[in-house]
Amino acid sequence: MSAETQPTTWSTAAKEIVSGGAFRAFLSVILGFIVGALFMVFSNEAFLNALTYLTARPTDALGAGWTAISDGYLALFRGSIYNYQADNVVAATRPITETLRFAGPLIAAGLGVALGFRVGLFNIGASGQILFGALAATWVSTRISLPWGVHLVVAAIVAIAAAAAFGALVGFLKARTGAHEVIVTIMLNYVAAGLITFFFRQDYLLREADGGGTPKSDAPAETAQLPTLFGDSFTLHAGFLLALVGVVIYWWLMERSTIGYRFRMVGHNIDAARTAGVNVNRTFVYAMAASGAFVGIAAVNQALGARAGLTPDLDGTIGFDAITVALLGSSTGPGVLLAGLLFGAFKAGAPAMQVIGLSPEVTGVVQGFIVLFIAAPPLVRAIFRLPPPQKSTVIADWWAGLRKKGVAK
Amino acid sequence: MSAATNDSFSRVDERVSYKTPIVMAVFAALVGVAFGVFGKPEAVSFQWSNPEDFIHIPDFVVASNLVGMVVGVVLLVLAALAFVRARAARTTPMWVTLIFGLLTVVALLGWLAAGNSVPFAFILGNAVVLAVPIALGAMGGIMSERVGVVNIAIEGQLLTGAFLAAVVGSLTDNLYFGLIAAMVGAALLSMVLAAFAIVYLVDQIIVGVVLNVLILGITNFLYAQWLSSDGQNSNFPGTFEIMPIPGLSSIPILGPALFESRITTYLTYLIIPALWFILFKTKLGLRARAVGEHPLAADTVGINVARTRFWWVTLGGVVAGLGGAALTIGSVGAFGRGMSGGQGFIALAVVILGRWHPFSAAAAALLFGFSIILRVWANQVSPGIPTDFITMVPYVVTLIAVIGFVGRVRAPAADGQPYVKG
Repeated sequence: MSAETQPTTWSTAAKEIVSGGAFRAFLSVILGFIVGALFMVFSNEAFLNALTYLTARPTDALGAGWTAISDGYLALFRGSIYNYQADNVVAATRPITETLRFAGPLIAAGLGVALGFRVGLFNIGASGQILFGALAATWVSTRISLPWGVHLVVAAIVAIAAAAAFGALVGFLKARTGAHEVIVTIMLNYVAAGLITFFFRQDYLLREADGGGTPKSDAPAETAQLPTLFGDSFTLHAGFLLALVGVVIYWWLMERSTIGYRFRMVGHNIDAARTAGVNVNRTFVYAMAASGAFVGIAAVNQALGARAGLTPDLDGTIGFDAITVALLGSSTGPGVLLAGLLFGAFKAGAPAMQVIGLSPEVTGVVQGFIVLFIAAPPLVRAIFRLPPPQKSTVIADWWAGLRKKGVAK
Repeated sequence: MSAATNDSFSRVDERVSYKTPIVMAVFAALVGVAFGVFGKPEAVSFQWSNPEDFIHIPDFVVASNLVGMVVGVVLLVLAALAFVRARAARTTPMWVTLIFGLLTVVALLGWLAAGNSVPFAFILGNAVVLAVPIALGAMGGIMSERVGVVNIAIEGQLLTGAFLAAVVGSLTDNLYFGLIAAMVGAALLSMVLAAFAIVYLVDQIIVGVVLNVLILGITNFLYAQWLSSDGQNSNFPGTFEIMPIPGLSSIPILGPALFESRITTYLTYLIIPALWFILFKTKLGLRARAVGEHPLAADTVGINVARTRFWWVTLGGVVAGLGGAALTIGSVGAFGRGMSGGQGFIALAVVILGRWHPFSAAAAALLFGFSIILRVWANQVSPGIPTDFITMVPYVVTLIAVIGFVGRVRAPAADGQPYVKG
């Protein structure tokens, strides 16, 4: 559609906005918070007590319900963004740095899973790739001594390379034998977990010096630790910066590079890509290696951001959270960044919610419902009576027109 | 499966493949060398039955490394047999693989228990109980995948079943209500999966993963907020009684292991053959498989593809919910945070390892149950053994199977494909 014939009706443009992915993601988040609020209300004792005499004094129930919701989400805010009840600046601003610290590995692993989605591969193996990368990083950070600076760089590169290799193995097996990557990655998660437990349990491998019976490694050598960003009163370390670099690289790789174009071709239509001369099997291997490399940044965060010894559950729930991050971020760099920050805030806010007597697991409920709404566009459209996705692209044309005139890049 | 390949008209299928005999020979050499040549010469006694059993078989005492060597040689013979079959472009029969696996296990047990004894009934009995949730989850998975809907949500279904069984069982003080609630709850979850996958054509794998995340979040929250503080009333269901089946339980060796168990185990014994019968011997099963293999053809002959898929997926949820109930009221009683612990994903692997067939899947589930109890037992009889490797074995075996070394694994042709009536 050329600029001259373009019917610039605002209603069409508005329709496009509300039927677009970003708007739907936003609505899904809102819906998730609403469902989370319901869970808070209906598990609140004051509210349940007030329910028993609802007909006599309904305001009591309403008030108790509102208190439950506002207390809960205010605690989440205090724990994850700004603690307005704190005595000093450090304590007041620490929450936001905690959010960033938790968001780092989520963003990085989310990028890895997102890359897989764009190629049509479902990488459930982030947890295994983190463990394998962390295993390699821990070897370098505790068993090899190198000068300051070099040590950290070497350990980080080794971690990313190991995670990438673990990912590439999945791609190779899929390309070579047609094995489904979902099954292979699930199995490799368990293999990596067994492997790292074994390494952390053996004296001659990675077990901490004079450790007890539980599998645990030494703390990474000081030369190999990621430096803190704002001094010792904050735990935020340079791992978050690595994740940000990852976002930029991801954006460039997927939107600007040739290999990224091939990735997207295979993801869009595998037969067309093959016909166009793309070596699909090789693309699978490269894509899984790249996916694993991004997940490797999360491994760097976990293994070198630690100040104490590591245990075999160092991956926590990052592997699965990464899937929800990628889904919510619709597999784009900026989207994954925002989604990672949101879910990082959920993790950072947990202690503050615990303090007011609300189980922080409620954020898991919110997270679950967000991705449920994300995964089911028809559901959200039905709830909000949104129009179906628009085929014409008024906004894209308008943007292209601006580009032609040199206004936008 | 082997017969189908032999009678095949296609020359492509008759390619000689030495993968299976090579894998077998490597395993045989490993067993012979590790357990035999480098094995310990201490005596090991295989306890086939308890002294108080109806028919008592005396213990079999033998040197540990002798077991390893003898078994290693027998395994090599089996590998050679597979090699000969492969030369004649024929696949290795199922019974050879089975005997191979069983003998490997015997050698492993003998090696682990050097200077000690192998309580056979104890190990097998526990393996069966631990395999029940996995097997039922896998049956649910098979029912769903046979009609062409990939079910990643087994984990969530097990968790739902475990939670509802414990909570409803506690609140109503009746375990059977708990059992029913578990089945209904998991079936409802299946309906969500079915609705999204069949009606809205949302990617089935993504819906499955999302449902897992959702159920994990909800049960974690309810556990932390409610069950952990009010456990006496809401999370104290107790377990089903152990009911020995008269007659069957006095069969030597197998009786005490298989027939002194709970109702959840017995239901599993019934469901597995029933599913096999329905899938492969009835019109209903034929229709279901047609929908999973070629929905267009099925539609053409008048089968309602969407409805068939919907109900099979839902009933699969009923079975998986029963598996979840087996985790709580069929085993330990109370619900624990995230207690399915990845068993739903193992069930998924079992579906594939068992090639979408109820009996093979049950055997694969038993392998996983066995590896769990083996780890526990090995820690007791010979501490210091790297049990982490024993933990990994079933996953590695699944990997080997999936990447095609142990015969070809083929999913229902339309597995994971949405069907849009044209």
